[in-house]
Amino acid sequence: MKKIFYIFFPLLVITACSVDPEIKPDLPFDGVKEIIPDGWPTPYYNFSNNPITPDKFILGRSLFYEPLFSLDNTISCGSCHQQFAAFAHSGHQFSHGVNGLLGKRNAPTLQNLTWNTSFFHDGGVNNIEVFPPAPITNPVEMDETLANVVQKISASTKYRDLFRKAYGDDTVTTQRMFKAIAQFMGTMYSYNSKYDKVKRGAEMFTAQEQSGYAVFSQKCASCHQEPLFSDYKFRNNGLSINPALKDSGRTHITGNIADLYKFKTPSLRNVEVSGPYMHDGRYQSLNDCLDHYTGSVVSSPTLDPSLNGGISLNTQEKSDIIVFLKTLTDHQFLTDKRYSESN
Amino acid sequence: MRVSCLFIMVGVLFFSCKKTTVTPPEALPPIPASSTTGLSLSIKINHVVNGTPLVLGATSYTTASSDTFSVNALKYYFTNITLTNQAGEVITLPESYYLIDQGDSTSKIITLQNIPEGDYASISFMIGVDSHRNTSGAQTGALDPLKGMFWDWNTGYIMAKMEGSSPQSGSTTKTLAFHIGGYSGVNSGVRTVSLPLPTSAHVHPAHQPKIILSADLAKWFSSVTPISFATTYYVATINTKSKSIADNYATMFAVTSVIN
Repeated sequence: MKKIFYIFFPLLVITACSVDPEIKPDLPFDGVKEIIPDGWPTPYYNFSNNPITPDKFILGRSLFYEPLFSLDNTISCGSCHQQFAAFAHSGHQFSHGVNGLLGKRNAPTLQNLTWNTSFFHDGGVNNIEVFPPAPITNPVEMDETLANVVQKISASTKYRDLFRKAYGDDTVTTQRMFKAIAQFMGTMYSYNSKYDKVKRGAEMFTAQEQSGYAVFSQKCASCHQEPLFSDYKFRNNGLSINPALKDSGRTHITGNIADLYKFKTPSLRNVEVSGPYMHDGRYQSLNDCLDHYTGSVVSSPTLDPSLNGGISLNTQEKSDIIVFLKTLTDHQFLTDKRYSESN
Repeated sequence: MRVSCLFIMVGVLFFSCKKTTVTPPEALPPIPASSTTGLSLSIKINHVVNGTPLVLGATSYTTASSDTFSVNALKYYFTNITLTNQAGEVITLPESYYLIDQGDSTSKIITLQNIPEGDYASISFMIGVDSHRNTSGAQTGALDPLKGMFWDWNTGYIMAKMEGSSPQSGSTTKTLAFHIGGYSGVNSGVRTVSLPLPTSAHVHPAHQPKIILSADLAKWFSSVTPISFATTYYVATINTKSKSIADNYATMFAVTSVIN
């Protein structure tokens, strides 16, 4: 183990230096800051009204893993957003909230969130700072009131101390909590996958990865746009309607029937570890997903025009794409101790 | 002191004139210490239904469409207050965000501090919360989402909320719930109200004037678009029904008097 680490460590340092000399695997807390990797677009959210400090980041992390957010003090954000799964819910089609109640959408990954123009599969939330109230108050998630959360957090000696460090006094408000959580979630950056290292010239794709990348670029990248692997738009990708869920997607937010069954294009970063897939978690494997695009796209008035008739891919191309998608796995992100519950 | 006040007033005037819409408070420059006038003006709001004082609970009222109803809750945002003096200068009150709640009598008296001395001829305010505050992340004070006036599934403030019951309600439980939201687009729930004052509010060290407003809940269901509870009894999304009620409640305010 130690040997492996020593072999990787110089590589990481080299690649890290080419982007940001301060980002290393075990970066101290005072290294937390806004990052825009070379060649990436300007983030949608910046921290100008929520300046990053180590103490606020630490408070935000502590709140992210805090089960006091839930009615029976059992469920935290981290319960359904696990780091090793890129903060998706590993192996769970739907996540279970308090009292074992199930939601009806798959927990998405949390990474590079400051580039997101909206949150949730239907884009109902417009700012990362106001993301937490929905899971806290949703009866099938945490089923708690914001007033109770403020009261429980205020009563905690640990949090009085963390708030004092972060804000200078121990007054707990939803605004202070949500801004601190936004600092933690907003600095979950994944940009050190093999794909990224290849783009930075530090590594090279294998022949099959290269072939997969070529097919991906031609047939998938119009929606899963690089470098974030999403265009953050809402599209109907031709999934059959699940009559048990009756999920209208974006229409739920806009009230516009032209948005029926449209969901936000998910980022494919760390897709290898973040299954199951699709907004309703119906597919267990990447192969299932590609099979959908080649064989089971359902035509409807709101089907994305780019998916009319599905996507044609042969077996070899599918294998190549999957090999390429695995280059989007960012092991440094998945194991970065700064994001870990055990701090 | 007077000279610096004048400069600030001129500055405020230019700033106001540049924009046709109400300037988001965050964009305003900080209030310089010299504008701490120590003078105040207060606004008192009385809720009525067809001229009768509103009482929460069992009391029954009648709409223009002859539906009867009672009221359990009436809350709305009263924000972005501006005052216009006799010279036509507009004073924008920074950070003026208030949640008016019929169930909380202290919420119905708003005291505005540090008003420049002068005679004010009109008042303007928003019912609801401006688009800027709906999109700029976590807020606090009156805008704290724990006040129960915030949609978390479709980000945005509930601009105004009325809950009650009616025998004519189309709901099986005979309840009424109107949660009017939307901060942009054709069905927005935000309305700007401008009211001339019958007599000037004279802000002066010897006078701390009070503007008495009345807000008539009956207007929610009549005035611009008549509402029938048989068909419109639950509104909690942004659509043409919520827009109609917003058009209606935009007319609910009247100035009762100015006490100098």
